[in-house]
This record gives sequence, structure tokens and C-alpha cells, in this order.
Amino acid sequence: MTARRNRRSLGTVLLNAPYLLWAALFILIPLVIVLYYACTDGDGHFTLSNFSNLKEYGFVMLRSFWYSLAATAICLLVAYPYAYIVCRFRPAGQRFANLFIMLPMWINLLIRTYCLMTLMEGNGLINQFLAFLGFGKLPLLNNTGAVIFGMVYNYLPYMILPIYNVMSRIDPALLEAAEDLGCNAFTRVRRVLLPLSAPGIVSGVIMVFVPSVSTFYISKAMGGSNNFMIGDLIESQIHSQNSNLPVAAALSTVLMVVILVSMFILNRFSSDSEGGSLLV
Amino acid sequence: MKALRGGFLALLYAVLYAPLVVMVLFSFNSARSTTSFNGFSFRWYENLFSDYALLSVLQNTLLISVLASLVATALGVVAAYGIFRMKAGKLKNAVNTVTNIPLTNPDIITGVSLMLLFTFVGRLLGRTEILGIWTLLLAHVTFDLPYVILNVLPRLVQSDRSQYEAALDLGCTPSKAFWKILFPNMVPGIFTGMVMAFTLSLDDFIISYYTNGHFDILATKLYSAVRKPISPSYYALYTIIFLVILLLLVTVNLLQLRAETKHLRKRKERRTSR
Amino acid sequence: MEKKNIIELKNITVSFDGERILDRLDLTIEDGTFVTLLGRSGCGKTTTLRIIAGFLRPDEGDVFFGDERVNDVPPYRRPVNTIFQRYALFPHLNVFENVAFGLRVRRAPKAEVAGKVREMLRLVNLEGYEKRKIDSLSGGQQQRVAIARALINRPSVLLLDEPLSALDAKLRKDMQVELRRIQRETGITFIFVTHDQEEALSMSDVVVVMNDGRIQQIGSPVDVYNEPKNAFVADFIGESNIIDGVMNRDATVTFAGHTFACVDEGFAHDEPVDVVIRPEDVDVVGPGEGMITGVITQSTFKGDYYELIVEVRGFKWMVQTTDAYAEGQTIGIVLDPDSIHVMHKSEYSGLYGDYSSFSDEMDDPVPDRAAEVEEEGSL
Repeated sequence: MTARRNRRSLGTVLLNAPYLLWAALFILIPLVIVLYYACTDGDGHFTLSNFSNLKEYGFVMLRSFWYSLAATAICLLVAYPYAYIVCRFRPAGQRFANLFIMLPMWINLLIRTYCLMTLMEGNGLINQFLAFLGFGKLPLLNNTGAVIFGMVYNYLPYMILPIYNVMSRIDPALLEAAEDLGCNAFTRVRRVLLPLSAPGIVSGVIMVFVPSVSTFYISKAMGGSNNFMIGDLIESQIHSQNSNLPVAAALSTVLMVVILVSMFILNRFSSDSEGGSLLV
Repeated sequence: MKALRGGFLALLYAVLYAPLVVMVLFSFNSARSTTSFNGFSFRWYENLFSDYALLSVLQNTLLISVLASLVATALGVVAAYGIFRMKAGKLKNAVNTVTNIPLTNPDIITGVSLMLLFTFVGRLLGRTEILGIWTLLLAHVTFDLPYVILNVLPRLVQSDRSQYEAALDLGCTPSKAFWKILFPNMVPGIFTGMVMAFTLSLDDFIISYYTNGHFDILATKLYSAVRKPISPSYYALYTIIFLVILLLLVTVNLLQLRAETKHLRKRKERRTSR
Repeated sequence: MEKKNIIELKNITVSFDGERILDRLDLTIEDGTFVTLLGRSGCGKTTTLRIIAGFLRPDEGDVFFGDERVNDVPPYRRPVNTIFQRYALFPHLNVFENVAFGLRVRRAPKAEVAGKVREMLRLVNLEGYEKRKIDSLSGGQQQRVAIARALINRPSVLLLDEPLSALDAKLRKDMQVELRRIQRETGITFIFVTHDQEEALSMSDVVVVMNDGRIQQIGSPVDVYNEPKNAFVADFIGESNIIDGVMNRDATVTFAGHTFACVDEGFAHDEPVDVVIRPEDVDVVGPGEGMITGVITQSTFKGDYYELIVEVRGFKWMVQTTDAYAEGQTIGIVLDPDSIHVMHKSEYSGLYGDYSSFSDEMDDPVPDRAAEVEEEGSL
């Protein structure tokens, strides 16, 4: 009996060995190496100067945080009514409504953003149209609004899908029960729909906030040179002539900490509900 | 109220598709401009098929996506079965948490951390130019893996335990029972996991950008091109990709919908015949 | 005692996708009664309930609460509460908060909420369950929470949509008694929807039998059983032999080749009629001693009685008797005037009441609940 059990557990070990090795080599150790680079100078000596050098970037970090928070909030304000409306469609309508929300995601983010730029730039199609109508040009690009709009445009489906998934599984009878017990349209949403769809909101917020706060292309393309974000800093520390890997590593560390703390706070909101995030 | 809803949805889709309309439209522009339409032509499509540099980048992209999704699927299926067999406990929780790291970490962190790992190893080996096709492949497999596992594992968890036990009871050896019972249950998950891995690899920019060295794929090539006005050949290429995907998705969804309504109608008929 | 009408439906018509669900329905409900809407799935009973609750607006017709027309009053302003088919309890709230929901929406003071919730939980025998999560409760307990939640607003009418169909047989019996008790204690009008005729007969003051979006008969359980209005009602409620006959004159009817004395009056001279004989009302006697003669084709022991299928002149009767008979035996049949019920011909004549193709499995089909929700749910 024990021999058989040993054989079984040996089998399990053999089955798991390749993936455990892979996960250690390419998921865990890289994170350790980020920390190593962040805490050493060019010669491999321990130092915290990489972090103290980040002080001059404090404003950029704050900006990244606020921009992505704004983009996440706007996505939520658009996605929630969308999900509410689409959940009342017939099944075929729901399927195709979501299909056409997802479809643009299959085209590379770079080219979508580039097309968006050509629409919004000084001589772009929107301004050409405004001129045609006899209005003046609008400075649509190279400002804060443009960066936030770019993030909303690119990441909105990440907010829509989890909210829709959770909301479509809510029994419509629950909303009827609320109405039956005296709730008008507003209190129905506040007392029943919102608490029941909270897990979808939490995972949507995470799925939009994380890529937003770490983006490095959208900010540069849509916001010009005055709207750099953390991602742009990291990129410039790696892909420039005088690259500085330790500073890039320190920036990455800070970014990870910001995200971990945000996720920790968010998960408190749905601590007792299951499926609150992508994590299984 | 109904008009308000309709207006909201119409506006949403209009904004979402405006850039894609621009892309499709200007892929047929006779001039190089991406802001003023001069006339209809297939010039950029012809250009695309004679632009060998671009075609070889496309080839690289497909090569990496195919290889990465195959390796990730093979590794991921074994991993999923291994995790499934693992006794519940700290180790299993730890493995699940680690599997989720690439999903929750921003791509830039995954990219930078892998890049630092590769340079670190390169420094140990005394090689400065370590980044290239192999590091890119390792990176792609790494970010594809969790998607394969998360598609296969639920299939195993949901599969009926009594089926497997019945097979053992009827004289199957454990390995035979695995291939006869558990594996067929995994197949749909394996398939979706592989397709997902392939499309993710095809679409990835950020992680590739930090791990590719001088081995260009479409996204990294595009990134170096978008700093200047890009050639409408890219529009032509992505227009083709867009149309293929549109056709595929609509067909798949129509087929699924038909299967579903058929199922419903059968149930209704059964009911009324009673 | 003078009772006033609490709800009146006038000429209500509802269609979904061109299919008529309710067809010019009229229904009046008296205050304080236990009314049951009885019918097969798809007959329009749930739709009627949703019209009263306000989830559905009739295409035509008017809904009155007392003297007030309420067609345009939304559900949350109607003095009506509902117990849903699968209870629709809020999974994010515990038992206390589920029951308190209606009061919280009205922003009732805390002390009032606590007191009333306690009172309601006592009414449904669920004291001590305040902090429990909904998914930790059994089906019967969830049912009780649903009742308490619906009653806390003191509705003038409680609507119950097949509330017992998810419970097992034993629990269902208990809850029938329980519901009846709660109705008497509170004096609230109950409108109860079910497809189970036994449930309807044992619980209600008034039974409303529905089919094809129309009301077939309204009456007390005894009336509906003893004096069915047409072949559909006779067949749907209990077992019935329905035989073609001719009403010669008052109190005399001819069927099965024999002229019987009966108690029915008021038919035209020689009017063709449907005659209903309940299986338990047939007296079995020796061959030659009865009014008519038949041959037993099937005999089944049912515990406290035998169920016989008897062929009489090509028509198969169901007969229940306490004595044992063998298949193939010839018997005589005696019918008292009391046990013969005569009905006018209707669109249902000839469709029901023949046991030629009888088998136990056909008995009392359990409806496919998912399919019913699909069809009758409007969302």
C-alpha cells in the first residue's frame, strides 16, 4: 500500500517538476533579480541610492496614479450602464453586442492608438470636419485628457467583460423581488445590483488599472512630451543611449508595490465574495 | 428611455470603431497620407506583398506565436494535470499563486524582469548580446503558460470523479483511465488554451519589446515605425487581419447560436408533445 | 358576513410574440380569502399573478385594487408582495437583512425593524436564524424566509408563485398546513399559483381553474370537484369517466345504453351532454344485478382500494372498489342519482375522460420548470 502511494506521489512530483522549474526560473527568479538590480550599483555593491534617485520622478509617479485612476473611473461609468443594458437583450443580442466590444481588441494596440492619433491630431479628420463646419480647430492631442481618453479607449473592454459576466448571472427575479418589496429603479441598483455585481467591478477595476498605470506608449503618443508616466520612465532607462538598469529596476519595484497595495485595498471590498478577480 | 439606451450604445460603438474605420479607409488611399483621402487604390496591398522586410517580420511573428503556443500548451497540460493531482495544501496554494503572477503583474514588469534575468545570465556567461529569438521565445512561453493552465485545470476539476473511478472499477489501469476519461474532458480546454496562447503571442508588444534584442516581430517593428508617419502598408496588413478575424468570430458565434436555439427548440417540442 | 372585493381583473388580454397568453380574463378576488390559480404550465396562471404584482402590463383590460385602477402603478407602489418560484432571496444578505429589506427600503427606524423582523421570524418559526447566510439554509427554511420577507410590509395581498414545487413531498405537506395557518393568523388575502390539484383542493377557499389563457371554473374546492363545469375541469381535478349522453328531461339522462335517474335540471329537451362519473362513486355488483354490465380489462391493487379498468360498450371506465376482482370478470354497475353529474357540451368534449390508453405513468405530469420560466417569464 505504501509502495503504491509512494509511486503515486513520485508520479505527481515528476508531473509537476517541469512546470515548477519553469515557474521558478522565469517567474520568481526574475522578480528577485529586479530587486537585486534595484538594490545594487554598477559593480554589484548594495545601495539604496537607486531609490533615493527616484525623488525627482515623484511627480511622474503621482501623475501615473491619478491618470490611471481617472481612466479606470471613466471605464467603470461607461461599462456599468453598458452591462446593465445588454443583460436585458435576448441571448443572441448579448452575444453579438459583446463580440463587437471585443473585436477591436484583436487589432494591435499600437496601430489602434496610431489611428486614434491621426483622427485627433491638428490636421486630423475631426479637425478637418470641424473646419468644414466652420468651427476652429480643437487641441485634441497632447494634453491630459487625450492620455486618459487613450487609456479608456484601449482598456474599456477589460472593464466591460467581467462586469457583464457577473451581472448576466444575477437572477432577474432578485431585481423583481426588490421592486416588489418597495425599491424604485435607483434603490434597486443600489441595494441589490451593485452589491451583487461587486466582484465583477473589482476585477474590472484591476484589469483596467494595472495596464493603465504601467502604460508607456499611450501616454507618449497621445500626451506628447509633457505627460510622461512611470512606464515611459522605465522604457527610457532601458532603451536609451545611456541606459540605467538599476534605476529601471527601482522604478519597476515601486510600480509593483503601488499595484500590490492597490489590489490589496480593492480586494477588501469583495473579501467575502468568490470570483472577485481573475485569480482562481 | 429606450432612445437614451440606443444612443448610448451607438455612441460607444462609434467611438470604439472610428479608428478602425480610419484604418480600413486609408489602407485604400492612393496617396501616402493617413489624414487626407486622395483616391481609391490597391497600391498599399500591392506594396505589402512586395515588401520583403515586412513579410519576413510577419514570418517571424507567426513562427514565435506557433512555437510559443505549442510549447506552452504541452507544458501547461502537464502542469494542469500535476496541479490537479497535487494534495490540497500550502504547496498547491503557492503554485496557484505563482501561476497568477504573470496574469496580474503589468506586462512591463514581466518584460523588464525577464530582460534583467537574461542580461544577468548573459553577464555571467560573458555575452552582452544575449537577447534574441530564444529569449523572446522563453518570454512568450512564460506569459502564455498561465492561460493554458487556467483553461485546462477547471475542466479537470469539473470532470466527474465517479467516471474515473468507474473506469478503474471496470478494470482500467490508472493510465488507461486517464487517457479514456480525463483526457477527453481536457480537450476543449486544451484547444481554447492553445488558441488563446497563440493570439496573445501574436498580439503582444510590451513583453516582446524588452526581450527581443534585434529579432523583430510585427509589434516591435510597428513601434519603431510609429515614431514617424507609418506606411499605409501596415494599415493594409491589419485590415486583412481584421477582416479574417471578423469573419471567423461571426461564423463561430453564429454556429454556436444555432446549436443553442436547436437545443432550446427540441426541449420545447418535447414539452408540447406531452 | 359582507366581504369586499380587493382585486378585480377586467377583460385582461396579454400576448407574447403573437401568442395569446391571457384571453379576455375576468377575475374578482374577495378580501381575506385563500385563492388558488390552478392549471398546467403555460395556462396563464403565472402571467395573471405578474399582472397583479405589476411586473407585466396587460395589452388590454384593467386591473383594479379596490376602486382604484392600478394599470400604471409600478410594483413598488402596490400593496402587494410576492413569494417567487425559487424564492429569489438576496444572496448577499443574511436572514435578518433579507426579512428587513422592505422596511430598510422605507427607512424605518432601527427599533421598529428589529421588532418586526423578530415578530415575522416567530411567525414562520425561524427564531435564532437571524445571522445565517441564505445558502446555508435548507429549501424549507428558505421558503420560510421568503414568507417572512414578503409579509413584513403588511401587504393586503400575498402572491405565491408555485412556492412549494421545489420541496420534497413530506415538506410540501407541512408547508401547506403552515401556509394555511399563516393565512388565517394574518387575515391577508393569498393568491396561490400551482399545477398541483391536490394542493389546490386542500388549501384554498376558492379555486380558479385555468386553461389556454381562460378561466374554466371558479368555485370552492368542493364545488369544483363535485360540480365541474366542463370536461376539462372534470378531467383535470381528480379522476373522471366522461361519457356522451342525452338529457331526456329534468332528472333523467341516458348513456351507456341505459336511462338513469339523476339530480341535474335545467337542460333543453334531449340535449346532448357530457356525463361525469367519479371512479369512487361506482358501485360494483354481480353480473346481471347492475344497471349496466362491463368486463374488467385491468385490475390494480392500490393499497386501500382496487383500481379497475372496465369496458362498457366499447368505452373504458375507471372504477375504484374495496373488493378484489380479477381481469376478464364480468360485473354489474349501479349508479346512484347523486353520483351522476351532467354538463353541457364544450370545446373539450370528447378530449378527456376515456381510459382506453390509460397507464399510471401518464398521471399528473410534473412540468418542466425551466421551460415554464422561459415561457412565462417576461424578462
